[in-house]
Amino acid sequence: MPENNLIVLKNIHKTYQMGQEQVHALAGVSIKVPKGSFWAIMGASGSGKSTMMNLMGCLDRPTSGTYHLNNRDVSQLDDDELSDIRLQNIGFIFQSFNLIPQLTVLENIELPMFYQGHEPDKCSERAREMVELVGLTDRLKHRPTELSGGQQQRVAIARSLVNDPPLILADEPTGNLDTATGEQILDILIDLNKKGKTIIMITHEDDVAKHAPNRIHMIDGRIAEREVYIA
Amino acid sequence: MRNSKFMRNFKLGLKDLLLHKGRSILTSLGVVFGVGSVIAMLSVGEGASEQAMDHIRRLGSNNILISSVRPSDDSKSGAEKNTRLNIYGLLYNDELRIKQSNIHVVQTAPAKIIKKLSRLGEKKLELRVVGTTPTWFEVVKRPFIVGRQIMQTDLDNHSAVCVLTEHGARKMLATENTIGQTITIGGDVFEVIGILSSDEAEGAMQTPDQRTDAYIPINVCRAVWGESVFQRSSGSFLLERVELHKIIVEVDDMDHVEETAESINAMLSRFHKKEDYHVNIPLTLLRQAEATKKTFNIVLGSIAGISLLVGGIGIMNIMLASVTERTREIGVRRAIGAKRSQIIMQFLVETVVLSGLGGIVGILVGISIPWAITKLTGMPTIVPMYSIVLSLGISMTIGIVFGIYPAMRAANLDPIEALRHE
Ligand SMILES: Nc1ncnc2c1ncn2[C@@H]1O[C@H](COP(=O)(O)OP(=O)(O)O)[C@@H](O)[C@H]1O
Ligand SMILES: [Mg+2]
Repeated sequence: MPENNLIVLKNIHKTYQMGQEQVHALAGVSIKVPKGSFWAIMGASGSGKSTMMNLMGCLDRPTSGTYHLNNRDVSQLDDDELSDIRLQNIGFIFQSFNLIPQLTVLENIELPMFYQGHEPDKCSERAREMVELVGLTDRLKHRPTELSGGQQQRVAIARSLVNDPPLILADEPTGNLDTATGEQILDILIDLNKKGKTIIMITHEDDVAKHAPNRIHMIDGRIAEREVYIA
Repeated sequence: MRNSKFMRNFKLGLKDLLLHKGRSILTSLGVVFGVGSVIAMLSVGEGASEQAMDHIRRLGSNNILISSVRPSDDSKSGAEKNTRLNIYGLLYNDELRIKQSNIHVVQTAPAKIIKKLSRLGEKKLELRVVGTTPTWFEVVKRPFIVGRQIMQTDLDNHSAVCVLTEHGARKMLATENTIGQTITIGGDVFEVIGILSSDEAEGAMQTPDQRTDAYIPINVCRAVWGESVFQRSSGSFLLERVELHKIIVEVDDMDHVEETAESINAMLSRFHKKEDYHVNIPLTLLRQAEATKKTFNIVLGSIAGISLLVGGIGIMNIMLASVTERTREIGVRRAIGAKRSQIIMQFLVETVVLSGLGGIVGILVGISIPWAITKLTGMPTIVPMYSIVLSLGISMTIGIVFGIYPAMRAANLDPIEALRHE
């Protein structure tokens, strides 16, 4: 029974062993994320937002529960398989941009295609398209350190898009930016959502979250509240 | 196509290294000096042993050298000690016996050696006069600078002719024009018919080819000076009677040299009561030299191995530091979708590029050191091709061996932890 959901989490638990104590970072999370939707995840520090995002991003496996991504159970795949899922299906955007310092803007953007094994010419051609999309055509040969925060985040967005993944995960993408620049980054994300990308974004700012039609509030590893506005 | 991907891997590795130029250079210095010293040491060793080998080879690897030796005095009784005539050494008949006794003997050359003061024009010099036969020039193959060798007709006619050796000839100011002129040797007059080139290498082995040799027909030598020679010995004169000082035996094949020498030795011992001769085999010396060289190479190899090991550990150390420093980068690459194997590859490329470039620079250093040694001291050095190939191979291998552990460490980092790393 194929569904139109990109992500289906069923009763996900993630438990960390800290010495004698068990930390329930996620304590029974279930959610369905339809293709093409835009979500904001909110909650206090330590409420489990990042843990959930890491699971959805296939960087981690749940202690229990099932995770279907694109109708495929990815809860118990091995490291190489998860790497492949990330490579094909997921684009990450981080709070601190996480560009690779010794690589130029163009090379940073090419990197996911490089790991897919594309020919250098194709990589660079596609990377240039992405640069154009985020409006940094004149910075191709620059190093990340030569760019402003907003520009770096645009490069990161371009990098997350280069393999054309259906899902974009953003962990506080505007957290390190001033309000105006943050707005610009948000505009890009909203635009991408309109072009069909499913976007899940962690934020603790209401001003940022209000741009997302779907919002989740987390408390102590559970989803406490959801506001869903789907047509 | 694969090539272009390889090139990109290489370029990216180089880029990471160039980010920390100073550190990369310092790191690869271990390999640079390791490889450099290996090549330099091998080159000097190779040069020295090649020189020794060449010297031995010139004695003829197919030859057996038999020399007369004055028996030690201890073996003599008191009465004999007082005897003024000392008879010992190789006999004319020995040469004949050697020729006839062994099928592997191709030819023999006798040498009767006397030192005589000689004069050419105004120049005087003590020459080592070697009475011999034409076979000498076939057995001891040395090029003529000018003129001809002694022929059978010279012996038949008892011609007083003489072949000088380059070094002695130069001292006496003999030139091409001297051919056909006369030289006085110990009061007798000889016609100079040729000049042989000198054996420049001075080895430890006593060779008959001294640099001031004058070769004359052996029968002329016997006729002029007889068999007995006055020898100055501890203040008093001693009369010595030695028929032949040397016999050089040429053997048909290198493989037969040792057995032939043994059978000659056995045969001679039946005719000589005293130990008044010695059998020398240049081939054995050659073998010994080769064995020495092998030992030398093993020792050098061990030293080289240790220095390269140290270089490798240096690389590993830096790569481990680099992995720690770049934990976050590794996390980012893993999040993007890089597999563990791709992370391993990335770091391996870096270490191999590091050690490979170190190796190349080391080769340049290793080639220039022996070059400088030769330039400054005149000592011969040879850079063996295998040492270059070997060094390059070893330095690449070091990159892989010592790179694999840091690379695995990088690949096994937990992506989430790595991303959180500051
Ligand atoms: N690797 C870990 N080991 C132990 N505890 C962890 C680990 N990762 C997260 N936690 C704990 O799980 C809880 C949720 O963390 P996290 O998902 O990072 O929260 P948030 O992103 O909302 O601040 C916290 O109590 C945190 O301490
Ligand atoms: Mg967090």
